[in-house]
Amino acid sequence: MKEPIIEFKDFTFRYEAQKQPTLKHIDLTINKGEKVLIVGLSGSGKSTIGNCLNGLIPFVYGGDMSGSLKIKGRETRELSIPELSKTVGTVLQDADGQFVGLNVGEDIAFSLENDNVELSAMKKAVTKMAKLVDMEAYLEQSPLELSGGQKQRVALAGVLVDDVDILLFDEPLANLDPATGKTAIDLIDQIQKTTGSTVIIIEHRLEDVLYRPVDRIILIDEGRVVADAAPDQLLASDILIQKGIREPLYLSACKFAGINIKEQMHPSVITALQLSVSDKDRLRRWAIAHQVNPALHLKELLKGEKLHFSYDGKKTIINDVTFMIKSGEMLAIIGKNGAGKSTLAKLLVGFEKEDQGDILLGGRSIKEDSIFERGQKIGIVLQNPNQMICNTMIFDEVAYGLRNAKIDEKEVKERVYEALKICGLYEFRNWPISALSYGQKKRVTIASILVMKPQIMILDEPTAGQDYRHYTEIMDFLEKLNKGGQTIVMITHDMHLMLEYCDRCLTLVDGQIYFEGMPSKVLVDEKITLKANLKKTSLYDLALMIDMEPEAFTQSYINAERSMRHETD
Amino acid sequence: MKQTKLFSYEDKDTIIHRLSGLTKLICFLLLTFAAMFTYDIRVLALLTLFSLFIARISQLSFRRYRIVIIYLVVFMLFNFILNFIFAPNYGVELFGTRHELFTFTTGYVLTVEQLFYQLCKIVKYISIMPLGLLFFATIEPSEFASSLNGIKVPYKACTVFSLALRYFPDIQRDYTNISLAQQARGVDTSKKASLKNRIRNNAKILLPLIFSTLDRVELITNAMELRGYGKYKQRTWYSRRPLMRNDYLAIALCVLIFIAVLVMRFAVTKSMFYNPFI
Repeated sequence: MKEPIIEFKDFTFRYEAQKQPTLKHIDLTINKGEKVLIVGLSGSGKSTIGNCLNGLIPFVYGGDMSGSLKIKGRETRELSIPELSKTVGTVLQDADGQFVGLNVGEDIAFSLENDNVELSAMKKAVTKMAKLVDMEAYLEQSPLELSGGQKQRVALAGVLVDDVDILLFDEPLANLDPATGKTAIDLIDQIQKTTGSTVIIIEHRLEDVLYRPVDRIILIDEGRVVADAAPDQLLASDILIQKGIREPLYLSACKFAGINIKEQMHPSVITALQLSVSDKDRLRRWAIAHQVNPALHLKELLKGEKLHFSYDGKKTIINDVTFMIKSGEMLAIIGKNGAGKSTLAKLLVGFEKEDQGDILLGGRSIKEDSIFERGQKIGIVLQNPNQMICNTMIFDEVAYGLRNAKIDEKEVKERVYEALKICGLYEFRNWPISALSYGQKKRVTIASILVMKPQIMILDEPTAGQDYRHYTEIMDFLEKLNKGGQTIVMITHDMHLMLEYCDRCLTLVDGQIYFEGMPSKVLVDEKITLKANLKKTSLYDLALMIDMEPEAFTQSYINAERSMRHETD
Repeated sequence: MKQTKLFSYEDKDTIIHRLSGLTKLICFLLLTFAAMFTYDIRVLALLTLFSLFIARISQLSFRRYRIVIIYLVVFMLFNFILNFIFAPNYGVELFGTRHELFTFTTGYVLTVEQLFYQLCKIVKYISIMPLGLLFFATIEPSEFASSLNGIKVPYKACTVFSLALRYFPDIQRDYTNISLAQQARGVDTSKKASLKNRIRNNAKILLPLIFSTLDRVELITNAMELRGYGKYKQRTWYSRRPLMRNDYLAIALCVLIFIAVLVMRFAVTKSMFYNPFI
């Protein structure tokens, strides 16, 4: 018996500050106990749907609302955020930012405190919920001592104390490493089974969410529901690709090989995927045809020798690390949170100073160079562009480093224009930065580093929080830079990025280099994936399914994917 | 990134640590006020002994607070000298007698009265100092907000306080990142740059810091709203420890001390100072 719990009827919403409505005539019913995945590009309106459900719209973000949205039979606009929060529990994207308590117990209790729950009852409820998300050993810990995945568990416990009917997850995978993301999806699945609640996941990482079954996928595009179907049905169609959503890797591989995906083949889960004998054969032939190992004979550009580093003299963060960066390569640094990736980058650019060891650039030690001197040779682009932009006009922002180096204004102008052209921002050169989108701001920060003509450019999570379309845009742009000779180093959690774009990768585990080599090797080696909190890609399973060597098959995929991409250029 | 501790809370298990935060706050206020009401050196000396005794049983490690203590001592010495320079005869005015010890120049005569007055002042600082250290060393940060609310400070003000504690390290980390990224692009905030440039360059860091902090604030406000913050006029506190027998005893003791000091001040000596010269 289906009992609707959420009903959108001809629902339209326009934010106050915007001309066009963000949601247009939404008709959508979600039933009690269902597990639904909402996908869509950034700006498609998928997060706005979430905000309508938890009441941030219209109570915090005002605007024009028409049509009807009922939750448990009541119009949301007649309720309030506190009332809605008893029905809809929201776990926000940024697990750190939403941690309002000074320790785990306090954060889980936050909602109970606001409800004036008496102390002993509160303690009981907190312990119970902490157990449910497996955090009862951490009640006294401060958020600074927790990992991203643990903070997310705490956030989940914090909404579960309210005994909500609906759990809403806004991009739950955004800040997690691959293995932790997988655990998070498992946890959501398990919580739904124990509590019987309705679960809504807003996410654009389709394949990762589908690791555990969902009942329906709803595709939002330009404020409308363009698809609402069971996963198998949706994945058999082309609509996801058309709307800029990345399909699972194994399906891309099948499609590359010319296999026609049908609903009956159960395309939504790799383990259930049905391939006929001829399909398997086709896939094998395709893989063999693309089996060329890329030959990379690049010169060494930078060498880190026996680097050691610790923040407090007690806990070693970087432990005897020796590695190199080759001239003209695209290198990925991967590993779980806290493995020392960012610290290693900080040592390279001189933000932190190594306790022991040496860094050689082109054979010369740069240990004694100041931050600025290094900045001209090794540039770093931070993850959050808002932390870098310090001028109001685009031109000034890009010119900033050059002007600080007292370079002649005529040359500044030439170099800034050149950098802006490379980054596709030349038309905007006289614009204020505030008029740009997030992705464009990111490009401004890249331009502001590029203009210094560094020998190596380091990017910290260049695609974090970006949907597939923007991801492709940024990465294709970086690839173009790389083809022009720029050496690029990326710190990333994104395994697709590493597979599809990088020549080599460094895997850090507990401050040491665990593996250095080709990306196709990393994700098929159980030892490495386990140690570094990564996860095997679905290409691994697909390779086994057709009795092929996973590493070779992955390499075939990488080769095919890259040549496809370059054809369309 | 290491945690920057605004409060150097020491997690120990002593009878003092086990008291509720509310008790600690009330006792701290009572004793501090008691010390403020008097300059009577006998009373202050007793208070000092008492607070040193408490510091002892709470296993307060003075060595950990060496830097703070050095600061305070330097401050007191400075204060001591300035006091003499600006008002060398205040002691004489206060106590009404004049026992000269040593003449620097005309107008600057060291008297026993002046020395005694300044001694009283120093003892007063010394009596309060261990209490302050003790308070911050034994109160858990999360308990502090709930304790403030316990003495009727509005809870929204208390939350602001506890949020400040929660997010201060994050904002500090943002600041470091921004500042380093700017140095990499040639911004010099070190002493090598001229003062004007340093001010201008520091102002440049503010813009990105403000933007990233505003993002944070929006997120926190939403997260709090979504969990029902501000729904009622009252709220309870998870971190509050219920008052036990020892709490009542401690508060009673401090109230007694407070009253005793007041009695000494207004009924026995009837003056701010104890005057040994008459």
